[in-house]
Amino acid sequence: MTVLEQPGSYRPTPPPAWQPRTDPTPLLPDAEPFRLLGTDAAADLDPELLRRLYGQLVRGRRYNTQATALTRQGRLAVYPSSTGQEACEVAAALVLQEQDWLFPSYRDTLAAVARGLDPVQALTLLRGDWHTGYDPHEHRVAPLCTPLATQLPHAVGLAHAARLKGDDVVALAMVGDGGTSEGDFHEALNFAAVWQAPVVFLVQNNGFAISVPLAKQTAAPSLAHKAVGYGMPGRLVDGNDAAAVHQVLSEAMRRARSGGGPTLVEAVTYRIDAHTNADDATRYRPDAEVEMWRGHDPILLLEQELTSRKLLDEAGMEAERQAAERMAADLRERMNQDPLLDPMDLFTHVYAEQTVQLREQADRLRAELAAAEELSPGHQEGTQR
Amino acid sequence: MTAAAVDTARKPVSMAQALGRALRDAMADDPSVHVLGEDVGALGGVFRVTDGLTKEFGEDRCTDTPLAEAGILGAAVGMAMYGLRPVVEMQFDAFAYPAFEQLISHVSRMRNRTRGAMPMPITVRVPYGGGIGGVEHHSDSSEAYYMATPGLHVVAPATVADAYGLLRAAIASDDPVIFLEPKRLYWSKSDWSPDRPEQVPGIGRAVVRRAGTSATLITYGPSLPVCLEAARAATAEGWDLEVVDLRSLVPFDEETVCASVRRTGRAVVVHESTGFGGPGGEIAARITERCFHHLEAPVLRVAGFDIPYPPPMLERHHLPGVDRVLDAVARLQWESEWTAGSEGGTR
Ligand SMILES: Cc1ncc(C[n+]2csc(CCOP(=O)(O)OP(=O)(O)O)c2C)c(N)n1
Repeated sequence: MTVLEQPGSYRPTPPPAWQPRTDPTPLLPDAEPFRLLGTDAAADLDPELLRRLYGQLVRGRRYNTQATALTRQGRLAVYPSSTGQEACEVAAALVLQEQDWLFPSYRDTLAAVARGLDPVQALTLLRGDWHTGYDPHEHRVAPLCTPLATQLPHAVGLAHAARLKGDDVVALAMVGDGGTSEGDFHEALNFAAVWQAPVVFLVQNNGFAISVPLAKQTAAPSLAHKAVGYGMPGRLVDGNDAAAVHQVLSEAMRRARSGGGPTLVEAVTYRIDAHTNADDATRYRPDAEVEMWRGHDPILLLEQELTSRKLLDEAGMEAERQAAERMAADLRERMNQDPLLDPMDLFTHVYAEQTVQLREQADRLRAELAAAEELSPGHQEGTQR
Repeated sequence: MTAAAVDTARKPVSMAQALGRALRDAMADDPSVHVLGEDVGALGGVFRVTDGLTKEFGEDRCTDTPLAEAGILGAAVGMAMYGLRPVVEMQFDAFAYPAFEQLISHVSRMRNRTRGAMPMPITVRVPYGGGIGGVEHHSDSSEAYYMATPGLHVVAPATVADAYGLLRAAIASDDPVIFLEPKRLYWSKSDWSPDRPEQVPGIGRAVVRRAGTSATLITYGPSLPVCLEAARAATAEGWDLEVVDLRSLVPFDEETVCASVRRTGRAVVVHESTGFGGPGGEIAARITERCFHHLEAPVLRVAGFDIPYPPPMLERHHLPGVDRVLDAVARLQWESEWTAGSEGGTR
């Protein structure tokens, strides 16, 4: 006998009416990544913005090649190049207002530099003389983050705190495609949406997490689609189209600033270099794929737009290239100087006030250093790597 | 008698109430103090420590968050970056583990990575330890994990007055503090007045709870009452035990501990957490290094067994109780045991 057959007992009432809490349709990303360069819509773009983006892209590319060269000279322990992804890096920095905050990952040195950070200070982490080479408050750039996706909840918390204080601050947080699989990505997006925090998440989908292709990372239709599950809009953009990334991010920033809540932006791009200088990219991807993406180069795309619209001539391009060379020469020269390190710094910033135990350990190191100085006078930490 | 006069009178107050009062007072004194966690709002936390805070200060100051420990602590990091003083409630000890990545990779070292530019004035309240009949994942003693992470303070109050005073100090600290609240002492009461709380020395100071001459019991948090009771019982055997309450594991008050051990010449470290790789090993090593010539016997440990926290019906066999402490005290007669050739030594 089933429940329903029991004599005179069970009278089902109709279930309570169900409706989706929000209409998912406006949250869904477009089927194709948004593009501007080379389309009719590009005619409306501000020439000044395009020229600015171009200058930054050229300098950014030069920064990447210079920093990569510095790893070969042993001046940098490691450098995760963003060659091919400069449009995302530059646009992320340029859409921020002065009071806004940037939360970069280890690959986003360039975004930090485009934001105004001293190129040498931005490389301190990767050179190895300290974990963060700059005061995050100075340009409102959080420390470059090494664990994947863990900086995303920080961005949410900061944006939330700023809004509680009544400040007009938006946080832009960057993460890779692999990072979107981490729990912190999920938790950050969920918090941001529930709190309607003024945050913009920028996923640079460069195809790989070290060697693992996107297909093995996620089964989602796109990374932008993930936004819908949290109740925020997902936007898909061509990550090599600097104008398009700038526009999509600007809209998301505007939305956040006006109280509209967070947005998830997926920029579809490609990592031209290996993951870092320690990686052998030929083991997991064919050269033909790289070559195909080289043809869709962010600098090339913008150059074509600028020249076809006669907004920039060869002389103008040459001027940008020279400016980039000057930046690279300066970077090279300063990076070739040995940083002066004070070993006693090991104990300086662990706690606001040193514990007894740390004071004792500091004394021990000081004594060791004094003994070493006696043995070989003039020896200075940092003169040798 | 006026209402205020009634209030200032000392009356029995539970540790949970004193903790709640500390949160309330800290929030009233400093608008940058924000409480966040799971169920801290309307419910007042599963232990009711945050009871009334949302009502008094609003949802922006005492916030029910989504159910996500890494998200809670990660958001707290961002809030601290922007000048707030977040107080995070982890619902139970073992549920803080999802947030370990944020704790170890960011909270504990943000000051260090930024050369002091970004201190993390975050307090993480963790209801911890056993003895309340909780099912699995509700009774862990996780202090050793926290102690092993440079950059964190680790605090464990054992009295109502300390609960209030240390929580205020933790919230006021510019460094992150793991604030371990001994669950089974939540309902312990003492005559205490929230309006004239006893002065409690800052984080990092141990206190001698009972003076004695024969041996020192070194303990903290939920094991303090056990040790005090053991000390009372031991008088019958002719032992006059000193009891040191560490109050804070990081920083560790070596001075008070070693001064006591030098006086008594014998020491037992008592805690619920596992013995192997537990806090007692560190403390015993320090005492041995500092007080070797004063020691009449090896430093002994009375700890929980080296097992996953047991099911509630068995926890009484796991938790170090008065008998186990007294047994260790008896074994401190090292010299006579040694010469008699009996089976002695540490457990
Ligand atoms: C929590 C964590 N796990 C593993 C690593 C090691 N790791 C560094 S980069 C990387 C791949 C990240 O790929 P993606 O998020 O796509 O970013 P991309 O490097 O492509 O910019 C991995 C696995 C890490 N940094 N953090």
